[in-house]
Amino acid sequence: MKIEIPAVEGFFTVEEEAHLIGGRFKKSGSYCFPKDLGGSDPNFPEDEVEEVLLSRFGKIWSYTNSVYPPPPPFIAADPYEPIVIAAVELEEEKIVIIGQVVNGYRVEDLSIGMSVEVKVGTLYEDSENRYLTWMWKPLLEEQKQDKS
Amino acid sequence: MEDIAILGAGMHPWGKWGRNFVEYGTVAAKKALDDARVEWSEVGFISGAITVRCGYPGYVAGSTMARALGFNGTQVASSYAACASGATALSVARGQILSGACDVALVVGADTTPDGFLAPNAGTRTDDTDWLRFHMVGATNPVYFGLHARRRMELYGATQEDFALVKVKNSKHAVFNQNARFNKEYALEDVYNSPVVSDPLRLLEICTTSDGGAAVVVSSLDYAKSIGVSDPVRISAIALNTPTYPDPLIDLPYLATDSSASTLPSETGFKESIGKYVYEEAGVGPEDVDVAEVYDLASSMELDWYEQLGFCQPGEAETLLRDGSTSIGGRIPVNPSGGLGAFGEAVPAQAIAQVCEVNWQLSQRAGNRQVEGARIGITANQGLFGHGSSVLLRR
Repeated sequence: MKIEIPAVEGFFTVEEEAHLIGGRFKKSGSYCFPKDLGGSDPNFPEDEVEEVLLSRFGKIWSYTNSVYPPPPPFIAADPYEPIVIAAVELEEEKIVIIGQVVNGYRVEDLSIGMSVEVKVGTLYEDSENRYLTWMWKPLLEEQKQDKS
Repeated sequence: MEDIAILGAGMHPWGKWGRNFVEYGTVAAKKALDDARVEWSEVGFISGAITVRCGYPGYVAGSTMARALGFNGTQVASSYAACASGATALSVARGQILSGACDVALVVGADTTPDGFLAPNAGTRTDDTDWLRFHMVGATNPVYFGLHARRRMELYGATQEDFALVKVKNSKHAVFNQNARFNKEYALEDVYNSPVVSDPLRLLEICTTSDGGAAVVVSSLDYAKSIGVSDPVRISAIALNTPTYPDPLIDLPYLATDSSASTLPSETGFKESIGKYVYEEAGVGPEDVDVAEVYDLASSMELDWYEQLGFCQPGEAETLLRDGSTSIGGRIPVNPSGGLGAFGEAVPAQAIAQVCEVNWQLSQRAGNRQVEGARIGITANQGLFGHGSSVLLRR
């Protein structure tokens, strides 16, 4: 049994109902992702960032794929299956975040405005570990009803 | 700000030559000096655009080029702003001229590029969004181009045929440009037969990486007059914009946009602000522009620029393309050089190469790709991490 660990620590929680870990600016109420790499609102010069869990659900803003394996530092599977990537808008945070779409989806399966949730999936693996990243997963019909 | 004069321009042809970038830069610089009829010894300031792919000599490109031309004590600076490096180097030179620190400056950029995708330098840097986007997502540059192309299809009904027609148009222009890497005229079928790289964009619609070099010799208007150049092509404005927070459009190399939760986005988007800046500085409007060189990393991005530079309203770019307005012979020819689609990226050289082309257009020396009667031209470019650039030239 391989051990599952985040490819880089501090970007998401590892659980069934995963969350992205972002930053919230205390004074302005703005957000960023990742927490420590966000731009500042110049209207709030002395602001501080605190760690928050971002909304689990969002809507696809746009989507594409990478038919060819991306170069390092991406670690491509061999054989490589084209990865699908979506930019997803989180309504409350008013932010768009990119991420891979979970395995099994092609660009033909996606559309702009589609509801998705954050999941954790395998980015790459070696003989001992499975390295994880955040991924977007389209919601099934019944999940959409649950959410509403 | 006062205008400065372009006395000469020169390029090393773009290609995949695999030689030292210094050679390309030196060839371009010597051609620009010959074109200007200025001796290297008369240059008071050399402004180099940096390459990060060729080791330390690339980081100090200005002095590397000065040494190749012959160290003679000339003042030097080197600038990096990713794809906007050339415009930054030009702006530094303009500042030196207009402050009176020098009369004549040489601006030069050159690069030798690896095959395939541009990628971060080696190493592990979990605090570098450029490293993170590759490692955690696999988001190459074409991934971002694909996201925006798909968005354009959704918002404005753009089609893959529209994107392909940009490539077809620019390839027709490039046939007449010996400095372009690809001189072949492509048909729609050629584009459709090339493989998808990042849906909906195909290989022939995404610019490759190239070796190449470009240089311009610039001076004060007084100096130009003193050597008998009374009607030079002039640089009237240079923009080096950063975005305004919050920028709501996802762009490389970021994993996320700014959040609009605290402040509403500006009515003028980042790329729109670049053109607006030079129009205001030069006191002209988009309706005055006769020719444009824009940064078509992907064919779909050229369409975005038509709107961002004010040549038409949002959603009208496809009409402008299809009615021939942006072809040579049309109302506002765009990328008469063939654009990056025909050249490929030679990062530090490309913003300078755009200025070379507009210079040749405005001085009526563009041969078979001449835009008749062109008197005002604009370039537009963008370097990742928020470096917008534009240069407005006129005669």
